[in-house]
Amino acid sequence: MSVYEYIVRTKNLSKIYTMGGTEVRALDDVALDIRRGEYVSIMGPSGSGKSTLFNMIGGLDKPTRGTVFIDEVDMAQLTASELAFLRCRKIGYIFQTFNLIPVMTALENVTLPMVFAGLTTDDALDKGMGLLKIVGLGERHDHKPTELSGGQQQRVAIARAFANDPAIILADEPTGNLDLKTGKDIINLLKQMNEEKKVTVISATHDLKMLDVSDRVVWIRDGKLERIEEREDLDIQIGQMEGEED
Amino acid sequence: MSENDRTGSVMEGVAGRRGLEKQIVLPWSRAIQMTRENIFVRLGRSAITASGIFLGIAFLTAVLFGASASRLLAEIDLERIGVEHEAGELQARIIWLAAMSLVVATVGIVNSMLMSVTERYKEIGTMKCLGALDSFIVRLFLLEAGLLGVLGSASGAIAASGVMMLVYMGRLGSGGVWKAWVTTSLQLGGMDIPLWVSVIASVFLGGMLSILATLYPAWRAAKMPPAAALRSEF
Repeated sequence: MSVYEYIVRTKNLSKIYTMGGTEVRALDDVALDIRRGEYVSIMGPSGSGKSTLFNMIGGLDKPTRGTVFIDEVDMAQLTASELAFLRCRKIGYIFQTFNLIPVMTALENVTLPMVFAGLTTDDALDKGMGLLKIVGLGERHDHKPTELSGGQQQRVAIARAFANDPAIILADEPTGNLDLKTGKDIINLLKQMNEEKKVTVISATHDLKMLDVSDRVVWIRDGKLERIEEREDLDIQIGQMEGEED
Repeated sequence: MSENDRTGSVMEGVAGRRGLEKQIVLPWSRAIQMTRENIFVRLGRSAITASGIFLGIAFLTAVLFGASASRLLAEIDLERIGVEHEAGELQARIIWLAAMSLVVATVGIVNSMLMSVTERYKEIGTMKCLGALDSFIVRLFLLEAGLLGVLGSASGAIAASGVMMLVYMGRLGSGGVWKAWVTTSLQLGGMDIPLWVSVIASVFLGGMLSILATLYPAWRAAKMPPAAALRSEF
């Protein structure tokens, strides 16, 4: 199979909710192309549709209309097993609320995707410890999420996202629950992984700190793409983001 | 060509690959280990879930013990008084009580298992994001339900037996309370079923009911799109 320039493509992507007679367009005819190895930030205020777009790209929800192509394959055509395979091996997810399994230790959390991928226990443990060391949590591998701070939990989540060497990392408000300094550390970690491992990073966020590390920024408002800016054109207009700053 | 070659197509290994199901696995040993962790790390929560099962089967056991004890007492009285038709009336009442206690047990179990699944929607959504198949989710919940079901039922049966034996000690004597175990508790389809058989059957029944009661909620939760599951606030 040939290598395509665009790892993710959306076409006429729409998500429409009908609430008691009125139509709410969470996403309205969105067309977005993302290149391999890019670091793209999808930015917009709350309710702009960035999380909905995130869910569509990540296969976490089905669109009302339109298509999402991952390497030119229509996601809607995938069977449940194929979708699970995609999520297990090709996409890594990072969430605002970390979403670690509470009864498992950090190491067990990181190695869980590896279990699904069929790695032997020894291989999984070695790889898991390696990933935890990269994110700086080697000594805390046997801590449960309740014994870790927010920033540490997010680092474990990042390590977990890289468990099966994915091609795409999807991050939904990764710094949303973190303070300024921790947020910066997490963003730098993501950028480091993006550069070292050549992974495409797609981040839905309203954190302006993300602007520095993004190759492209997609601004979304009311379900529509407002504008797309390349790194060179980035012009931070903080005052114009409606009350959204950390 | 390495599967994890990120410069290759993402879809390599996805579309058009036979036997894809074998590519995502949940080994039984791991599933059992995860189930044990789920139960014992959250011991308090598991105890609350199991309490529905515990109480249901305890009630059923108490009713069955009472049936055997009454029969034993009736035999003792009959020997003294020589009246026979009392036994038939007694039996009808006992069948009714046992049936009701079974209904109560079922309601308690269904409630508990529904609670246990619903409060973990977020975890289920997360696991699906890590690549878990729907069948993995169902498997994990059924294992947990089975284990909790057997543990809860067995403790309920043992606790109720202990209490009932103490309660009847006065009227039956210490020999009598043990004799109750081999006395008929129920007559079903013309067969006399001794107490010890019916109590063991109740424990199995409790386990089976727990598994059955989890089946539908777990299947439905597994089928939810991850976005919806992750939105749950618990």
